[in-house]
Amino acid sequence: MSPVVMHTVARMMAPVLLLVSLVLAVRGHDIPGGGFVGGLMAATAFALQMVAFGRPAARKQLRVHPTRLAAAGLLVALGSGIPAMLGGREFLSSIWGQLPLPWSDSLKVGTPQLFDVGVYLAVLGTAMAFILGMGRGEDTTAPDSRA
Amino acid sequence: MALSIVFFVPFIAAALAVLLTRLGRAGAGWVLAVFPAGLAVWFMAQVPAVVRGEVRSVSVPWIPYQGIDFALRLDGLALLMSLLITGLGTLVVIYAGRYLVHHEVLGRFYGWLLLFMGGMLGIVLSDNTLLLFICWEVTTFSSFILIGFEHKEDAARESAQRALLITALGGQSLLVGLLLMGDVVGTMSVSETIASAEAVRASPRYLAILLLVLGGAFTKSAQMPFHTWLPGAMTAPTPVSAYLHSATMVKAGVFLLARLAPVLGGTPPWEILLTGVGTVTMVLGALLALGHTDLKLVLAYATVSVLGALVMLLGQGTAEAIQAMVAFLTAHALYKGTLFLVAGSVDHETGTRDLMHLSGLRKHLPLTAAAGAAAALSMMGVPPLFGFVGKELIYEACLKGPGGWPLALAAMVGFGGMVAAAMRVGVQPFAGKTFRADKPESEVHEAPPSMWLGPVLLAGLGLVLGLVPWVLQPLLATAAVDIGGRQAADLKLTLWHGVTPALGLSAASLALGGGLFALQKPVLRGLKSLNLSRHGPEQFYQESLSALLKLSSSLTRLLQNGSLHQYIVVTMATLGALLGLAVVLRLGFWPPGVSRAILPHEVVVLVGILVAAVLAVVSKSALTSILALGALGLAEALLYVFFAAPDLAMTQVVVQTLTVILFALVFSRFPVKPHEHRFRWWTAALPLTVGGLITWTLLHVAAVPTHRRLADFYASQSVPGGKGLNIVNVILVDFRALDTLGETAVLATSGLGVYLLFRTRSQRKKRQV
Repeated sequence: MSPVVMHTVARMMAPVLLLVSLVLAVRGHDIPGGGFVGGLMAATAFALQMVAFGRPAARKQLRVHPTRLAAAGLLVALGSGIPAMLGGREFLSSIWGQLPLPWSDSLKVGTPQLFDVGVYLAVLGTAMAFILGMGRGEDTTAPDSRA
Repeated sequence: MALSIVFFVPFIAAALAVLLTRLGRAGAGWVLAVFPAGLAVWFMAQVPAVVRGEVRSVSVPWIPYQGIDFALRLDGLALLMSLLITGLGTLVVIYAGRYLVHHEVLGRFYGWLLLFMGGMLGIVLSDNTLLLFICWEVTTFSSFILIGFEHKEDAARESAQRALLITALGGQSLLVGLLLMGDVVGTMSVSETIASAEAVRASPRYLAILLLVLGGAFTKSAQMPFHTWLPGAMTAPTPVSAYLHSATMVKAGVFLLARLAPVLGGTPPWEILLTGVGTVTMVLGALLALGHTDLKLVLAYATVSVLGALVMLLGQGTAEAIQAMVAFLTAHALYKGTLFLVAGSVDHETGTRDLMHLSGLRKHLPLTAAAGAAAALSMMGVPPLFGFVGKELIYEACLKGPGGWPLALAAMVGFGGMVAAAMRVGVQPFAGKTFRADKPESEVHEAPPSMWLGPVLLAGLGLVLGLVPWVLQPLLATAAVDIGGRQAADLKLTLWHGVTPALGLSAASLALGGGLFALQKPVLRGLKSLNLSRHGPEQFYQESLSALLKLSSSLTRLLQNGSLHQYIVVTMATLGALLGLAVVLRLGFWPPGVSRAILPHEVVVLVGILVAAVLAVVSKSALTSILALGALGLAEALLYVFFAAPDLAMTQVVVQTLTVILFALVFSRFPVKPHEHRFRWWTAALPLTVGGLITWTLLHVAAVPTHRRLADFYASQSVPGGKGLNIVNVILVDFRALDTLGETAVLATSGLGVYLLFRTRSQRKKRQV
């Protein structure tokens, strides 16, 4: 494939894929989707970047180290269970509330959504650790090539 | 309330240790000693109330449905042990501040030492067997770290490993024993278990419980044949040996037996096992001490001997024996703590611990020498020191108990060995004239105040308590009652018992010890020529360890030989064998009825799957195989759509995409051998068999009528309970969120693992620097 076509497609698709991944994650509570598939979708966006522009570029696009992303995801998921404990209920019990919006009906928000965000981040981080790790062969320069 | 604060103080101190040491290394010991000193003062203040019979306790439900409470109880026995732990702890912390002042990780040392203190206090204060077990393991682990503290030395690592293996195995045994006991009485509370002691003793599981608990107690308290870890533990810095491996931790096993004596004690197996093992340990430990010239090793074997004596007394179980046990435990903590600290000072000032090179030090270390001599006299059981009081009680208990004269004579031999050990450790280095240490004589001088304070105080206490033993009487009597019941209350501590058989035995043991001391060189040569380390428990330990290593390396060669092909074969063959077993035993060879006709569009997808599968296998190009696998996965996703599982289908599509990308990356970056197209029947047979078995099982699973209750519950509760229309997601993030959290953690961990595997060599180097 011509690199021009590849680069153009990758550049155009990346934001679309990321947007779709967020939509999937957010809507997941009521219609098909969720944090897991959302996180995977986001990973494909970065994988596409890597195929088109190389590993360093993809790593730069991700900005955060993948293992930190995964750790942050775990912490968010863990943290979403704590408010219930403060209220004297079991760890990870759900708490829901209504967020009034000026331009439309109020929006329901709850700790399970936060939990899903944690899953999203953890899945993205893990998938990127895999993908960036496997793509490592590319930037192994002279000192490492004897391995 | 105050009691639970007390419980957490050492842990808080442990957390602060590194920070405080970083602020000021020289004063760190004095500052950190404030914590245990404060605790010791608090415990002292409790003495009057506890002696009156009041029991402080606190209980907070922790994991109620497992019967685990955060329950603490301060009775006489716990108070006695707590005073020893915090009192000695204070002196050891001060001592270590000077002893290890130049050590690079002094803060870490204090952290582990104080953590140990917390665990040890927890053991004696716990009123819940599982809380006790957790604290028990805290001490095991901190002891492991402290033994291996000089981890750059092979000997320290080897000793630490041995101590961990032996005591942690004993810990597992203890855990099972405690759980069995909890099951019999229906409670994990120690005091409630004591109240229903009859039920335990009458239970058919009594013997199993006893043996398992003894497994924990005997390993921890270094009874033969599990004693080999304790001499090894002398690789730890000397303050640790003084604190953990003579005065406190090794007594945890004795304490546990004392605590459970009202429950498990008084039966023939208990009496025989404890008396037998204790006596053998007492006599052999004392004699083995003569075979060494390292100050610390001599003390370690003498400690083994004392622990044997304490266990033997618990085995006797009479009121006199319990009283003697409590008194002797206290006396031993005082004099053995002193002697270890003295040995540490000698080592610190002269650079050697070898008895062959040490003599005439009294001129150079007068205070240390005085403390050493006083402690040695107490260890020998010479009046008017407290050790004498304890020893007389032991002889009397032996003579009055079921053991009678034979046991008393065995004790006399054990004490004879200890007398010789005491003279060698506490007197010999300081007496005489010549001095042949590694350092020139002029450089050897008295230890600094923080290092003579502990020994002098402890030795002084041994002398004062010997002169006025009745001061301790109320507390020791209360502790004895907690172990042996009401009849143990009439404890009389006096220095002079009159001319009794016990006094005669005392004199005999002194004479025997003197003789052994005079003959120490021939005895030493004799014991060395026997080469005991090649026989008995030591040999068993070495051989079982190497057998374990051999087993694990042969298993690794078999299962983890680095060939991906073999991993897959092993995994698939295991799965196939299990499924085959299920088919043969449960499912049968007849297919269940197919419940539903296959529709035309499904046939199309199925054919597509088949074609892709065959293509993936036969293709010569790796890229074609990858793409075929991707196509197969997408076709599967279509099947999910047909069967109304959009979430699954969506995930499958994304996963397939990523998998193809990953495969492509791997195949383009790493050298892959070209396909071998030699057909081997078993490489085809294994996957076909396993696949067939899976299909077969699934058909049977599908034929079982599903339980609707769970499905109906989720369907009806999804909106009111979970506030979501997507049942799958509600289950994942709400109803079963804890499972998801666990899976997410597994996922993240695997990601971390892959990241570490693929780090380049340069990155690895960078981390090491």
